[in-house]
Amino acid sequence: MIEVNDIYKSFGDAHVLKGISTCFDKGKTNLVIGQSGSGKTVFLKCLLGLLSPDKGTISHDGKIYSQLSGDEQRNLRQEMGMVFQGSALFDSLTVEGNVMFPLEMFTKQSLSEMQDRVDFVLKRVNLVDAHKKYPSEISGGMQKRVAIARAIVMNPKYLFCDEPNSGLDPKTAILIDNLIQEITQEYDITTVVNTHDMNSVMEIGEKIIFLKNGIKEWEGTKNEIFKTDNEAVTNFVYSSELFKKVRQMYIEERN
Amino acid sequence: MNYLASIGSYAIMIKEVFEKPTKWSIMRSLILKEIDELIFGSLGILIFISFFIGGVVTIQTALNLTNPLLPGHLIGFATRQSVILEFAPTFCSIIMAGKVGSFITSSIGTMRVTEQIDALEVMGVNALNYLVFPKIIALMLYPFLIAISMYVGIFGGWIAGVFGGFSTSADFIEGIQLDFIPFHVTYSFIKTLVFAFILATIPSYHGFFMKGGALEVGKAATTSFVWTSVVIIILNYLLTQLLLG
Repeated sequence: MIEVNDIYKSFGDAHVLKGISTCFDKGKTNLVIGQSGSGKTVFLKCLLGLLSPDKGTISHDGKIYSQLSGDEQRNLRQEMGMVFQGSALFDSLTVEGNVMFPLEMFTKQSLSEMQDRVDFVLKRVNLVDAHKKYPSEISGGMQKRVAIARAIVMNPKYLFCDEPNSGLDPKTAILIDNLIQEITQEYDITTVVNTHDMNSVMEIGEKIIFLKNGIKEWEGTKNEIFKTDNEAVTNFVYSSELFKKVRQMYIEERN
Repeated sequence: MNYLASIGSYAIMIKEVFEKPTKWSIMRSLILKEIDELIFGSLGILIFISFFIGGVVTIQTALNLTNPLLPGHLIGFATRQSVILEFAPTFCSIIMAGKVGSFITSSIGTMRVTEQIDALEVMGVNALNYLVFPKIIALMLYPFLIAISMYVGIFGGWIAGVFGGFSTSADFIEGIQLDFIPFHVTYSFIKTLVFAFILATIPSYHGFFMKGGALEVGKAATTSFVWTSVVIIILNYLLTQLLLG
């Protein structure tokens, strides 16, 4: 579980996060949504410890990140997996090398043990024939799967995903969403996903927080987001014609 | 103030490079890879440049020694001194600032832009140790390159001198053996080691702390070349004053 308590973050005169408090539960897919520039990425980087909040605390299962020593922070980070927006795979390593990297770095496993684990996680993300390929030789969807495999190879307690669907076609995006949700439930991970993809919200949003100009404007589930009267949320969620029609049908059905 | 802040963050970066070392089995392969890219990858261009620079030094020296009373072996002597003291260590380091420095800045900068450095940090890896330390160790072999450069430079001078009709082979060889002071080679290697550290760290600093996208990677590579060259030239003066002055 991750508890966020009244965090603020500024860069010079730009106040990006303004007093956000929330709680992300274990075994659930938690989504952070909001427009570009709403502070989602900065918020996620604070959760990861890549940025320190100016004020407020973030606690990972009771460990307050800012109060840990450098080594304790590094140890905590080894319990985190991260899927970056652009996948952030190491160009110089093969798919297998990328997934094996955390194991080589932090475990004393033998090569065959590491190989078995890599095979297992690559199979788990439905990638079986790409072991020896380099990131530049595989598609965007496959890169995302490799990034997920790398993020879960160390059995993390926390999984963070920054817009995992960006640049993917709708079908692949749904596959990635479902994969994230399945892994979250299967390994009982606390997962936080940054997204502005409404399909993801409808598919996997077990808990959703909506950020607007660095403030938590709304919090709820994927079912509640249909019913909310919060104007900022409805303007964001129903900005596309498709979702406007879905909402209209929902209202008509309700009446 | 910006310069002072940059010097401060460069010093902090150097400290962090040596903290929390990466596992030796991984570091060993990184060092070997960097030796291949930075040292062996630069061998060809340095040999090419040194050969022709040695030749040019010989021709220019010969053209300026028109007095018939001056001994012929002075051409070889001047070529040896110029190549060993300045052209091999300093001139080659400026070339390396362009070749190796730009490569280091752009490769680390691209890793920053594509969030690969963030990925390392999220995993709990000391990214500075992982990326910069192998480059520093690899470039500690830079004096071997400069030794080859010295040899090829003098050889280029001999070719230009003898085949261009500026000197006889005997005079040239007598000149390169005349009043040889071994400390001059030591001085050159000391300079080269300092320059190697600069070549590894200043471009890494510019790549690691860059912000922005692809355009900024290019700008960072240019800035890195300028600052690496400036620092090499200033340190060249200081080290010469300290060691030979």
